[in-house]
Amino acid sequence: MLLFLLRRVLIVLLSAFCLTLIVFLLTNLSPNLEKLAKSEAGTRITDREVAVWLEQHGHARPLLVRYASWLGLAPAWAPPGRHLPGQCAAAAEDDADAPRYCGILQGNWGTSTVFRGDVATILGVRLALTGNLMLWVMLVMVPSALLVGVLAGMREGSVTDRTLSSFSIVTSATPEYVSGVILIAVFASSMTGLKWFSGTAGSVADKGPSFDTMVLPVTTIALYGMGYVARMTRASMAEVMTQQYIRTARLKGVSFRNVVLKHALRNALIAPFTVIMLQFPWLLNGVVIVETLFNYKGFGWTLVEAAGANDIDLMLGCSVVAVVVVLVTQLLSDLGYVLLNPRIRVH
Amino acid sequence: MTDQTSRDPILEIENVSISFSTRLREIPAVMDFSCAVMAGEAMGLVGESGCGKSTVALAVMCDLGRNGRITSGSIRFKGRDLTTMKDDELRQIRGSEIAMIYQEPMASLNPAMKVGAQLAEVPMTHQRMARSEAWALARQIVADVRLPDPERILNAYPHQLSGGQQQRIVIAMALMAKPALLILDEPTTALDVTVEAGIVALVKELGAKYGTSMLFISHNLGLVLDVCDQICVMYSGEAVETGNVGDVFTDMRHPYTQALFRSIPLPGADKNERPLISIPGNFPLPHERPEGCNFGPRCGYFDPGRCDAADIPMKAIAGDARHETRCLRWSEIDWSALPQASATREKRPPGEVVLRVDDLRKYYTVSSNPFGGGATRIVKANETLSFEARAGETLAIVGESGCGKSTFARMLMGLETATAGRLEAFGSSLEDIPIEKRDADTIANLQMVFQNPFDTLNPSMSVGRQITRALEIFGRSNTDPERESAMLKLLDMVKLPRAFSERMPRQLSGGQKQRVGIARAFAGGAKIVVADEPVSALDVSVQAAVIDLLLNIQRQNETTLLFISHDLSIVRYLSDRIVVMYLGHVVETGTTEQVFSPPYHPYTEALLSAVPIADPKVERKLILLDGEIPSAIDTPPGCPFQTRCHWKSRIGSNLCEREIPPIRTLADGHLLKCHLSDDDLAHMEPVFASERGCN
Repeated sequence: MLLFLLRRVLIVLLSAFCLTLIVFLLTNLSPNLEKLAKSEAGTRITDREVAVWLEQHGHARPLLVRYASWLGLAPAWAPPGRHLPGQCAAAAEDDADAPRYCGILQGNWGTSTVFRGDVATILGVRLALTGNLMLWVMLVMVPSALLVGVLAGMREGSVTDRTLSSFSIVTSATPEYVSGVILIAVFASSMTGLKWFSGTAGSVADKGPSFDTMVLPVTTIALYGMGYVARMTRASMAEVMTQQYIRTARLKGVSFRNVVLKHALRNALIAPFTVIMLQFPWLLNGVVIVETLFNYKGFGWTLVEAAGANDIDLMLGCSVVAVVVVLVTQLLSDLGYVLLNPRIRVH
Repeated sequence: MTDQTSRDPILEIENVSISFSTRLREIPAVMDFSCAVMAGEAMGLVGESGCGKSTVALAVMCDLGRNGRITSGSIRFKGRDLTTMKDDELRQIRGSEIAMIYQEPMASLNPAMKVGAQLAEVPMTHQRMARSEAWALARQIVADVRLPDPERILNAYPHQLSGGQQQRIVIAMALMAKPALLILDEPTTALDVTVEAGIVALVKELGAKYGTSMLFISHNLGLVLDVCDQICVMYSGEAVETGNVGDVFTDMRHPYTQALFRSIPLPGADKNERPLISIPGNFPLPHERPEGCNFGPRCGYFDPGRCDAADIPMKAIAGDARHETRCLRWSEIDWSALPQASATREKRPPGEVVLRVDDLRKYYTVSSNPFGGGATRIVKANETLSFEARAGETLAIVGESGCGKSTFARMLMGLETATAGRLEAFGSSLEDIPIEKRDADTIANLQMVFQNPFDTLNPSMSVGRQITRALEIFGRSNTDPERESAMLKLLDMVKLPRAFSERMPRQLSGGQKQRVGIARAFAGGAKIVVADEPVSALDVSVQAAVIDLLLNIQRQNETTLLFISHDLSIVRYLSDRIVVMYLGHVVETGTTEQVFSPPYHPYTEALLSAVPIADPKVERKLILLDGEIPSAIDTPPGCPFQTRCHWKSRIGSNLCEREIPPIRTLADGHLLKCHLSDDDLAHMEPVFASERGCN
């Protein structure tokens, strides 16, 4: 078991390394750097001045060296005449005390140019907000999706099945920017709507979440994800219900209710479990649209801001978080699979 | 057999018709079926696949699915009509009064639930028993079905048990509520013969102990003879003959029953002097049944204008109790007439040695830790195999699953390479050469006929194309027209119409598919053919025809046939020499007569005694093996068979546990791997007491 975990963790680290390298390459393309130079040193500087600025700030070094120093595996950039660059030197009293290595591995995520602050701190705050949103989405989405899927799948082809399946298809075929707009128009619009809930969640960042502000963003995301999970659950449940051991249970005289709850459910949940775990990374990205739409100042919103303003350090930080979330949920999903399915042997 | 008519019937099925509705049409699966099971009686339901026997069983359970329904007739259980019962009432009867045992134990146990929980559920549902009490009862019943260490078994998941143990659990589950009627649907088909013998003995014993009536569904006539008092033979949705087991087995009064018995290899059948007689033609599909007698088109006694005029009712046979037949001509046919002997064949002298196996071994390494890593252990799949096969000879390799017979076949075909030893075919060593490195000639000369014709043909390639492809690979003909004509000749050889070359595998029946498999194997004029249980997936009436075909082709081509099987009746019928394997060891080698008569290796003796024989005149000594076949990872020290051998007590000083017995030569070509003394061997009794031919 330990060996298995160790191996998986190693694979996770390796994937994280490769993925961040790709993101680093893409965010550090020369047009991006030029734009950075212009936004930092003035928009009207000449090409020569751009080159000088890039030279002075260490962006002219070879790409892999820059990547290594961002990671913290190579010495941080020190401009000529100074021992160390900005952020790490600022933390130290004296140039000489400052650490030579200053990257992600040392806990230094860089500085955001948009929010004028430490990337790690900004991400922490934003992730907490998004985490809160995701928690509610999961609490709403997973039970209702499983319920819909199980109810639909236990009697394949029945009226209940047809109705619930159609419902799931409709919700999973409606993207968030459509359902979000519809929900806002129906429930929140001050002109025509019912005015039950608030159409913006901008205040959550300052005042904390409230039912009024959270209902619509949570519903929008949950509806979309629910259709997919429900259809997976239904397919899995329908298949399990045709298995011979279900017939055994039925012919043992077990009531239909208990056949479903005791015999079918656990077996039927094995397949959707993986899908549900896959929903976590998907949520992280899916929230981009919803957070922007509802002005919910979480992770997705931050990502949009960072991309819009060419905030390289913040974008890199966001991608690290995304990579870690994807890989960790995959690891958890594999482990959970083993627990749910006693037949599994990991090789 | 005692007369049981005085008792009340537990189950009475009267003129039941069942049909399944599909999009295209309503398919009548069972028509006008009647039978009665008395208290304490075992009724056998026999027939080929598709004849409707399982449908009858499910109808008794009222579990025909959404498409199936009982269109007419009644099924009365203890006087109450099951067909008109409500769901609630049915539920109270299912599991408590009527219980069922299924064909595939693994599939019928919930994989995600502990065995104990599945057992305890029965009394908890029906008697509202408390959980702890129900588990205690489960423990007791598990001990009743003679499973070792009930505590461990109860806390295990189904996949942690062997097939035989799983089936015992399914039986235990059926017995939890002490039902009045037990329905067994091919309960041993998926199991090995020695395991089957144990299960059958258990079922009989428990039936007697609890006075349970049984409806025993099987295609194996020998088993039915073993277990049942009454028998009902079904053909194409109808009962064609029913009666007392003794009457039906000795004085059958329906042509189908007779044909069925003539197509199975009973002791006395011989491939040269008295070949099996297959039933001509194919089983009619439910919507293509002929007018009048369903068996008419395949029947030797068919009388046009009479047999195909109108539906034929069941008629009682005068003189026998409860013996009925669905044949108009039963009183006209001379039932004692011997079948017209088809041309007898001359026995051929064996040719020169073409395959030589010397001290061949195959070991696999596996990791002992379920999560990978950890210490590795060695699986000894084949240990010191030594034998040879001659041109034109049929050599049978016999043993139960896990004995290493398939591993040997894989090495011969080049799918695996040997760990040590020599494997020599036509004078060249093959033990180290995997199939990718063998030349086309070797591959064409060494071919295989596979067990399951349903999975081994490419479903999206026409029959002709698959055979042509084999010809291409073997490099036997150069141009397309040549290959085309060679392919058509191969179809002629396996007696398939030439038009079949355009057909897709799904349009063929099981027997026809296996013929295609044989044509493919012989496409390159194979000299050694490994037939891995080639007929075990086929119905008995088809088996005979396929075996006959295989033997004819073998004669024409002087092919060496390595016939891998666990079915000793067929092996006895067609093989010249036999190799008996157990846990990777060859324990006995000899000619068919030598192996089938004493002295035996103790394992051969048990294997022979486990095979049910569909002949009431043959008495066999029953030897039940204890325990399971040991895992090939933890092979016992010394003799591989010592953990289950009942002759072991004859050998003193733990010799069996210490040393692997040497190979001894008893007679010319009869080799035995056993410590037993010559004296003990000489006093061994034959397994079959009165051995006479029967037809």
